[in-house]
Amino acid sequence: MRLTSRYRFSASHRLDTPALSPQQNRELYGKCNNPHGHGHDYVLEITVDGPVDRDGQVVNREALDAVVRERVLARLDHKNLNVDIPELAASVTTTENLATLVRGSLAEGWTLPARLARVRISETARNTFELEVG
Amino acid sequence: MFLTRKAEFSASHVCANPAWSAERNQAVYGNNANPNGHGHNYVLEVTLTGDPDPVTGMVFDLRELKEILNREVVDPMDHRFLNKEVPPFDRVIPTTENLAVEIWKRIEPQITRKSVSLHNVRLYETGDLYVDYGGER
Repeated sequence: MRLTSRYRFSASHRLDTPALSPQQNRELYGKCNNPHGHGHDYVLEITVDGPVDRDGQVVNREALDAVVRERVLARLDHKNLNVDIPELAASVTTTENLATLVRGSLAEGWTLPARLARVRISETARNTFELEVG
Repeated sequence: MFLTRKAEFSASHVCANPAWSAERNQAVYGNNANPNGHGHNYVLEVTLTGDPDPVTGMVFDLRELKEILNREVVDPMDHRFLNKEVPPFDRVIPTTENLAVEIWKRIEPQITRKSVSLHNVRLYETGDLYVDYGGER
């Protein structure tokens, strides 16, 4: 059985890569290349997979919430992704790269009995990025 | 092809093991262990899989599916206290997981059209928490 829990965080970013010229960055990323940055209310969905235990649960909700809060939300919420997150310093702060970072942050040292199965991030209500794990 | 039908029901429940102390129940079930109960607006999404019938063009008659969901789930569970009024939750703890398993057991035998089967039961306890159950695999 899979259990999915939804969380929210708000952060700013700017899409820009040193591999391209300023003109090319403007053309590629459009408004997302605004030099001053901009922000989103991201919606994060974490899915875990496993058998229902004898307590009738796939995972203890509070344990899952604590892991997500400590490893993801506390680090990303109300932050500037380009400035405040060292792991993203060398990459473009697309939601694709953000999803990969979140997956890595959760997967490393994951100790909950249910398997981390999926990371899904909506940047806006219209754009969603999804990564299966394992 | 997959076909999904949605239904809603509102019910109260308590998630607690009567053999345990209040502290242990709180540790395992958090707020859901409040002995006086609390409620949710559950949202159920039932997904069937199969090929459209060559004559009707339908995977499954949606009116029949609606009747099945009402008869098996919504009518017996809507505006009920699950632990007190909806067996087996007098002895099975009505977590969202156990509720999804019970809903699967109720609906799966009703999907009798050849080459159509129940694929997934998704049950939202709140807008921010849901489980997906695909039967015993």
